[in-house]
This record gives sequence, structure tokens and C-alpha cells, in this order.
Amino acid sequence: MQLAVWTYEGPPHVGAMRVATAMRGVHYLLHAPQGDTYADLLFTMIERRSARPPVTYTTFQARDLGKDTASLFQDSARDAVERYKPEALLVGASCTAELIQDDPAGLADNMNLPCPVIPLELPSYQRKENWGASETFYQIVRHLADTSVRPAPREGRRPCVNLLGPAALGFRHRDDIREVRRILDLLGVDVHLVAPLGASPADIRTIGAADFNIVLYPEIGDEAARWLDKTFAQPMIRTVPIGVGATRAFINEVAALAGVDPALALDDPSSRMPWWSRSVDSTYLTGKRVFVFGDATHAIAAARIAHEELGFTVCGIGCYNREFAREMRIAAKEYGLEPLITDDHLTVEEAIAAAVPELVLGTQMERHIAKRLGVPCAVISAPVHVQDFPARFSPQMGFEGANVIFDTWVHPLVMGLEEHLLTMFRDDFEFSDAAGPSHLHGSAPAHATSHVPSQAKPELVLAPAGDILIKEEAALVAASDGSVGWTDDAERELRKIPFFVRGKAKRNTEKYANEMGLPAITLDTLYEAKAHYAR
Amino acid sequence: MSPAQALAAAENPRDGGLAVLRERGQREVFCGLTGIVWLHRKMQDAFFLVVGSRTCAHLLQSAAGVMIFAEPRFATAIIEERDLAGLADCHAELDRVVDRLLARRPEIRTLFLVGSCPSEVIKLDLGNAAQRLGTKHVRSETSPGVRILAYSGSGIETTFTEGEDACLTALVPEMPVEAPDAAPSLVMVGALPDIVEDQFLRLFAELGIAHVGVLPARRSGGLPALGPNTRYLLAQPFLGETARALEDRGAVRIDAPFPFGAEGTAAWLAAAAAAFGIDEMHVNRVIAPGRERAKRALERYRPALEGKRITFLPDSQLEIPLARFLATELGMIPVEVGTPYLHRAHLAADLARLPEGTRISEGQDVDRQLDRVRADRPDLTVCGLGLANPLEAEGLSTKWSIELVFSPVHGFDQAGDLAELFARPLRRRDVLRI
Repeated sequence: MQLAVWTYEGPPHVGAMRVATAMRGVHYLLHAPQGDTYADLLFTMIERRSARPPVTYTTFQARDLGKDTASLFQDSARDAVERYKPEALLVGASCTAELIQDDPAGLADNMNLPCPVIPLELPSYQRKENWGASETFYQIVRHLADTSVRPAPREGRRPCVNLLGPAALGFRHRDDIREVRRILDLLGVDVHLVAPLGASPADIRTIGAADFNIVLYPEIGDEAARWLDKTFAQPMIRTVPIGVGATRAFINEVAALAGVDPALALDDPSSRMPWWSRSVDSTYLTGKRVFVFGDATHAIAAARIAHEELGFTVCGIGCYNREFAREMRIAAKEYGLEPLITDDHLTVEEAIAAAVPELVLGTQMERHIAKRLGVPCAVISAPVHVQDFPARFSPQMGFEGANVIFDTWVHPLVMGLEEHLLTMFRDDFEFSDAAGPSHLHGSAPAHATSHVPSQAKPELVLAPAGDILIKEEAALVAASDGSVGWTDDAERELRKIPFFVRGKAKRNTEKYANEMGLPAITLDTLYEAKAHYAR
Repeated sequence: MSPAQALAAAENPRDGGLAVLRERGQREVFCGLTGIVWLHRKMQDAFFLVVGSRTCAHLLQSAAGVMIFAEPRFATAIIEERDLAGLADCHAELDRVVDRLLARRPEIRTLFLVGSCPSEVIKLDLGNAAQRLGTKHVRSETSPGVRILAYSGSGIETTFTEGEDACLTALVPEMPVEAPDAAPSLVMVGALPDIVEDQFLRLFAELGIAHVGVLPARRSGGLPALGPNTRYLLAQPFLGETARALEDRGAVRIDAPFPFGAEGTAAWLAAAAAAFGIDEMHVNRVIAPGRERAKRALERYRPALEGKRITFLPDSQLEIPLARFLATELGMIPVEVGTPYLHRAHLAADLARLPEGTRISEGQDVDRQLDRVRADRPDLTVCGLGLANPLEAEGLSTKWSIELVFSPVHGFDQAGDLAELFARPLRRRDVLRI
């Protein structure tokens, strides 16, 4: 048993719902008790979809268990097919129905339904949402693809591709597709099919007609793309175009496979991110410590952008989907980090607190964690909440995606010029660096580490932000109980150290003083410790 | 005539002759686990440990909507493949999880092991587990002890608010036995927001009812005593099993409509006062100010709501009393009032006041019910979160039913707020020019 408070991923049948809901002409019959219908609200409320997900739940009850849940399943199948007239019916079980072993596949098979039936075996007690989405998409492609379909001869037509992976409830999938289509259009490449988002079973039948596949979201599209490669000899592009560098690599790969000139898309004047990052105001982004956590694909892409394109220091990285642990380990090595691969948000919270980042890039879970820790945060990956389904065009992929990312990540930070002023006037009472970025109206909680804990002079910490800080301070003082005390001049010096490393400096100095058995921390101790730990 | 008598005397009680449309098909409702979202806020030293699947954890997080607490007082012990291999293993795993949890949260005084669909289907005996763990964590010289109880919030047995019913039922055996010569006492039953609970307690005190307890109590030591001298008053209409457990211990139910609006609340309070033989003149004096205030608040909403047609889809079992409130106090026209389960005895007073011709449905076949909504085209449809946006997209105004469960809506001083919940979607429809 695993103790969970919040979860990054739902059960695998929710992944299947994400695929079914993304498509047209598909219906999903889910053998499940009534409570499982909660999943509808993910789509209608969080993603603001205007139609119910195409899912019929059998909603069996305890009193049905002794009798005939199987016939309930068949009645529901008959009603759903009659009412919704799907081109294909997905059938499967949620966690509870899996236990009663009614065999939805066999039951549906015996009914001679007037549409193809695609059985889904999604082991709820082993697997999770992304795996469920991937498996569902794979099964749909496998069952429906017409293996006799091949691309038309290349002469006299533009190359064409399938875009695989976008689904319902995906992070910015809607906008990523638009941006990727724009890039492909610049290259003179046609999109044969986007799937699962927007595709119908009839569309899937012709999936073999594309020259090659582009896997935009490996978490969902990989499995199907591998099968297509094997079955149709359709090559796949797996470079995810998130960030300027990745977008350029993506364009080059597509151009090579399609036999077109990459310059058509590489010289895109709307790519502003490189200049925004090189311009002088961004100097202040240099070396900012970022902690990255999300699904592996988005986290790896975000770390690369942070490191190569914004000049940040990646101080922590991880993902919640074990299926992509290998990729994550390889990526983490580049930053000299041990990746955090876990779906326990309390572990993630501890890791973030320990890394003392200045910016957290994560999911809605990290957004809450960062809020509690008083660290700015930008969202880069599912799971996300309703505010991360924006009305405006806001992709992550392509050059426009990089523009969006620059704005989104830099916004929560103190702006360059502002930080410069804060440093200059740090000792003036109006300009406490505890005040936080002015464009966030001072409501952003200041860094706990930015205040000098002082047993001798508690008034030092009272001025800038009132009650909350006093409490934080009390906690800090309590936490350092039993450790060596700071002399006034050492404490003043500590306050001059930039706040993002101050916590570390303080801990190291105290540890050093303890180890050395010093009676108090003086100015010299501070610099002795610095030299000690610099080795 | 007292308000209670006024309500009771209106029309003939339509018990036997009540025509109810019963449906059996797909239900679109939460399971009983959802109750944890408000119960854990109410019982401040209680922890709710769901023993279930990843789906249960995902449901709680989706229904709660926001995740503002680092470690809320609920969690899910997610059953995994290896737990399903053998039951003995499952109990050992549960013990391990509970020990770790209680070590981490020493402030917890009551731990509920909450059964789910999977735990029920594999017949994991949580009652047994609670007993075993209870003896392990019993009060000692070194520890104040943790009371460990079990109930089921599974979707195969409970619908949404029935989870609270099951939870309170599990608390009843923990209520102390009242002394044989105990003075008559009142227990108000049902989780209410603290502010509303306090309002009611003040009113009971003013009425002159001396001994008043509340189930559930805010802290685990605060459970009221129970026995034949106890009268209980339901504040929520979905507590059938709790009522039965209370009656098994000798308590007697005070029959009353539910305390919504000026009239519902007045009748509810008056029924309690009557049960304690309190002078009617005094009752009217105590009730009058709040009742007038509520009426004034409701008058503001009457123009927006009067004559408007409303349909309730089955959700919380609050549907019948709320339809009664909207019909008799604001002039709305209930078209269809759906409820997951109709408790005729507890709802008799409210049912009797529903307008003639109101279609009452019990159970659900969501597709057919939505067909009826489309045919009826009510001005407002009260429904769950999964259905609201799709209906809005079809041009039907909706009200999220879950807000009626999470918000303070009972009593005189919330009557206006309750009306506002129904008026706002209609007002919004009228102000938007987009």
C-alpha cells in the first residue's frame, strides 16, 4: 500500500478517457461504480469542455454484485451504441470492475455490435494515467489502422506527416498543434492526421498514408509510433520542439526526412526569445537556481531551456512517470544531478526545500509547494489546473512557444533593473530585499532565508512584512536552537550575502562552527567556513 | 398556529399517494468518499484514511478542487497489485501505513478507516482492522490514544452525502450513555459550518433548551451523551442510517421540515421547542427577529426568482427541501426534483409542501433525465460539475449542486445567501452581452 495525499496521475482509465474525449466518433463504455463518474468534471470543469466526455459508466451497485453485473454491462453497451452511434466502441473496466472480473472484452464480443469494439486491458493496480492513455491510443491504432494503406508516390505532392500524442487535458496541446502546423507549413510539409486529438476512427484507418510520424508527446504517442514504424516502416521524429534549440533540431530533422530546405522555417522572424535572453536586462537571470519537476518530456525540455537558453542553474530535476526514468537519468547527468523520480509530492517538497531554488518549474503540485515555500513558480507540465488552460494562444512548442516560455518564467522573478536597484539600495529602509518583486505587489511571500535570524535583535526582522515574517522568524530561531549564536557583525555580514545562497551560507557556517566547537560565530568564522566548504 | 403546525397542516400528507418516477441507469453522482472534504474540516482532530485505489485519491483531489494544504487531514492508502495477492499481507500493510501516519500526526485523536469500492469488493474487513489498531493505539500513560473507527464511503454502497451518514453512524456507538436520571437533552445531527452551528446553538439557548449537543462534534472528546431522554433533530436530510442508530439507543426523532429559509428554519426550531414543552408565545418571540430578517433578505430575490422554473438533478438529497424552500418562499416552480434516494419519513413535511404536479424522481438514468431537461427547458438546472458546462453550452442555465453542500445555507441568516446561489446564474445570463 502506498500512502497518497495528492497524486500526479489518475488511474489508467482516466488516461483512456483523455484519448476517447480527444477523438471524434468514439465512445468508451466503462464498467465502473457510480463514484467513478467524477472523472467527467476533469474535462468539463478543468479543461472547460462544452460537451460531456463520450463515456458511459455502468455504475453498478453493491446489490448488483451478487446478481448480474455482466448483463448490466451488456445492457449499457446496447443503450450506448444505440444512443451515440459511435464509429468505434472502447470497452474496459475501472479499478473496482477489474476485481469482479466480468471480462468486458468477451461480453462485448458476444453482442455483435454494429461497430468495431476495442477492448482495453488497463491494470489499475499497477499502472497510471499516462500509461493508460498510451495503451489506449496504441490499441485504437492497432485495431483500426488499415495495413494496406501506404503513402502515395512522392512525385507531384508535398511530403505529409502524422502528429501523434496530443490528447484531452494535455498541457497546451491545443496550441502546440497550431504552432507545429505553422512550422510544417513553412517547410512545405502537409499534416495528414493529428491523433488522437480531433481524429475519428475513419481517420485512423488511413494513418499509414503519411510519410513519417512526429511524436509530440512521447508519454502518449510513443507506443503507437513504434508499432507504426514496425508495421508501415514509417520513421518517427521524437525530438520534442520545446525551446529554441530543440525547435531548430526538430526543423532540421523534419526537413531531412521530408527532403526540404530547413531554412524555410529556421529563419523565422517571430523567434524573439534568443534576443530577449541576450539583451542586457536578462543578465540578471544568470545563474538563477531553478528546480524542475514534471512529466519527463516537459521536465527534460524545461531543464535544457533553463540551462542553455536562459543561463539558469538547474539545481534539481525530476519526473513523476517512472516509464521515462531512463531518459530522465540521462538528462540529469548533464547537470551533474541525481534525478528525483517519484510520484510522492511530499518527497518532491522536501527536495525543493533542500535545493533552495529561486524558481520552481513544475506541475500544479509544485505550484502549491512553491507557494508554501515562498518561491516563484511557473507551470510547465500536466497535471495542471483550470488557470493553465488559457483562453489565449499560448503554446510551449516552436519559436512562439519559446517566446511564451520566456515571458512565463521570467515574470515571477525580480526584473533585472529592479534587482539592480535592490542591491544598490539594500541598506535603505524603503528597499528591503525582503519585499519581493514590486510587480507582484509585494504579496509574494519573501524568502524565509532572506531574513537574518537574530536572537539578540528580533526587531531587525519585524519591520518589512509584519506578522507572517515574525512567525517564520520564530520558527527559524527555534530551528537553529542548540546551535552556535551569531555575533552582531557576523550577522550583518551574512545579510549582505545574496538571499538565494544566504540560507546555505548560514547552514554551512553553523555546521562548521558546531564541528569546530566554536563558542560563537564571528566574522572570521563566516569566512573560514566559506573557505572550508569551497574546497 | 406555530410555524411547525402551519407546515404540517398544509395539504394532506402525500405519503402513500406520492407518485415517484424511479429510474435505474447510469448515475452521474459522486460516491460517499466525497463527504471527507467537508467532514475533515468539521472534525478538527480527526483524520480520514481511505483504503482504496488510485481512483479514490484522484476523486478526492478533483472534488476538493484545490490543494492548498500541504498535508490535509485525509489521505488514501492505495491498494497495489502485491496487496491483492494475499489478504493477510493487506492487513499488515494497513497497520504499517496507520502506524506511520499516526507517528507523523500526533495531534490526531480520531482516525476513520474509510472503505471504498475496491476494499469492499475484496472484502477487506476495516471494522476488524479498526478494532485491532484501536487496541494498539489505546490511551495510555504516555499517549492520549487514538479512537479508530471504520465506515464505508464506497460508491457501490453510498451516494455522495450518504458518506456523511455512514460516518456519523460509526460515531453513534462512541457516544456516552446518558445517566438514567438525565434531564431531557437535544442532539442536533448533521455537519454544519461552525458559524451556522453556533447560530443554532444560540437560538436553542434562547428558546430555553438547556442541554444541546451536536453530532458530529468538532473535537473527538465532545460527543454528546445518548439515551431515552435524548431528542434528536436532523439538520440534514440524508441521515437515514444515523437516525436508525440513534433510535436503537433510545433517542427519539423530532419531526420537522429542514431548516432552509425563513419558514423552514422557523418550523424546525419550533418543532424542537415543542418537543421540550416550551411556551409557544416565547418561541415566537425568540424566533421572530431572525425570521423577519430572513424574510427581508428573501424579498430582495423574489423578483429574480418568482415564476422561474427549476429542475434538480439527483445529487445530495437536499433537493426536496431546497425545492420546498424555493417554491414556498420565493415562488419558483419546481419542474422535476430528482434525488438519489427519497427518505419519505424524514422528508414528509417538505414533501407535503411541494406544489401539486411537481415531478419527483428517485435514482437516475442520466441520459434520459437530460432528455427530459432538454424537453422541459427549465430556467435553471441544479446539477453536478460534470454536467454543468455541457448544459450551459446548450443554452441552459445551471447551478453547481456541490456548492449547496459546501456553503453555509441553513438557518435564518443564510436564507439570503441561499437564494443568491440560485439567483446569480440567472442574473449572469441576463447581464452578459457576449
